[in-house]
Amino acid sequence: MSFPMRKSPLALAGILLVAVILGFVMLPAIVVTITAFNDKAILAFPPQSYSWRWFARALSYDDFRKGFWNGLIVTAWASTIALIVGSGFALALHRYTFSLKSTLEALLLSPLVIPHFTIGLGLLILSAQLTVGRGFPLVVLAHVILVLPFVLRSVFISLQNLDGRLELAASSLGATPRRVLFTVTLPLLVPGLVSGWLFAAILSFNEFTATLFVSNQTTQTLPVAMYNYVREYADPTLAALSVIYIVVTALLLTLANLFFGLGKILNVDAH
Amino acid sequence: MKQRPFLGWFVSPAVLVALGLTAAMAAILQYSVRAYVPGSLDVGGLTLENFTALLRPLYAWAFWGTILLCLLTATFTLILAYPVAYALVRVRSKALKSFILIASVTPLFLGEVVRTYSWMIVLGNNGFINSVLKSLGIIDRPLQMMFTTPGVVAALVHVTMPIMVIMLAAGLSHIDRNYEKAAESLGAGPIRRFMTVTLPLSMPGIVAGFSTAFAWTFSAFATPQLIGGGKVNTVSTLVYQLGFASFNFPFAASLSLAGLVMTFAVIALMKRAMRPVERLGEQ
Repeated sequence: MSFPMRKSPLALAGILLVAVILGFVMLPAIVVTITAFNDKAILAFPPQSYSWRWFARALSYDDFRKGFWNGLIVTAWASTIALIVGSGFALALHRYTFSLKSTLEALLLSPLVIPHFTIGLGLLILSAQLTVGRGFPLVVLAHVILVLPFVLRSVFISLQNLDGRLELAASSLGATPRRVLFTVTLPLLVPGLVSGWLFAAILSFNEFTATLFVSNQTTQTLPVAMYNYVREYADPTLAALSVIYIVVTALLLTLANLFFGLGKILNVDAH
Repeated sequence: MKQRPFLGWFVSPAVLVALGLTAAMAAILQYSVRAYVPGSLDVGGLTLENFTALLRPLYAWAFWGTILLCLLTATFTLILAYPVAYALVRVRSKALKSFILIASVTPLFLGEVVRTYSWMIVLGNNGFINSVLKSLGIIDRPLQMMFTTPGVVAALVHVTMPIMVIMLAAGLSHIDRNYEKAAESLGAGPIRRFMTVTLPLSMPGIVAGFSTAFAWTFSAFATPQLIGGGKVNTVSTLVYQLGFASFNFPFAASLSLAGLVMTFAVIALMKRAMRPVERLGEQ
């Protein structure tokens, strides 16, 4: 616990303030965890009795199981496609100048500020105009568009940190551009690629609004199934599922932090 | 001539995705000027009616309400996120830094539905806050927080906190500490140092964070839909209702389009208003 200065009253007040704010950030997760173990179907704080039964129901509920598998399919395709598209474009952005470069970059980064419901609605209308159904390809396309900016950013940052002299050395020793790309550039980029993929996968698995527009009963992902559940039932099943979600996500992030340094990925480390 | 190996391989997949996005936006543009045929998914001829309908009180108010909601959310998020970002960048202990980072960033990856549901349990009439206040004897009837604007804002602030923390921290981490040391050696106290050196230098992060929080709030759907419960109308909830309850896709398209134009306008305006301050930060 050390703020830059000695522990002046100001620094203590700062620590307290940050603690209170982090409390606000973590409050919903704590409350949802208590709720998940509440034995009764009706909310009560503190719960009268505890049980695991809502976890059992969450794991056996059909829509959740199906949504989970749908989500995995969509996420696997979308994050992998986004990784290929994003790393290719990041390489081009980093190395070359070409016509419409900045237009293309702005266009691909625009989903950061375009509302998700707008993208969902646009793709829904587009699929109606082209008379293609609301199948998996449409959902995957929506997710690729939405997660691409994050992959692009992650790979681009690793490219900036890559020592270009290694590539120069390889090509001066007679390696073809293809050989340089596959034996020097890409292996050096692996941490950036993995973290970009992971980032994309987590975001895609959790995407809700656009998916609500472009999915149907057979392609709905887990967040859409959860949304439909909360509109119909008020029991703690969803709380149990949320706890599983929170635990898995926190674990993944902690692992990412251990292996890649989350601060570096998010570009928040002090220089 | 400069060689650009693999340029086509690198760029063409990105061009395909960009085309998909452009086609989707073009579809919205096209539907927004078409007539609504009740009871049918097909659309009629060209019309500007969808845009004049935007001026009807319900929609005009919803628009205005959404803007206010976004501004309120972005402001509160900024106020709460700044100390966290500051601590994240300046704290020396590695373990504490990791803890702050994980605690403040995890919600980003939980998705809107999980977070909104959690807030429903916190804010509900039998929820956490009301139960605690009741058992402490502070209230005897539950406080109505669900289906109110403050309730929606509280949940939205929570939704936009992580991205704001990330953007502010990115800005703060790029500040050269020597400026602060110089101010200190010239006799400025901690508060003065913060107000005249650190805060102005972190302006680029503040502008980026504020505009992103604004855009994200505008984009939020599950939170206003579930916590607002129809009492708090936003552009996103109206677009969904128009599309999936009345199948009026042309009007939904024009409403989305107006929202998009407005988002871009507000972000451009904010950037412009902040330009003098930002220039200060660049020095």
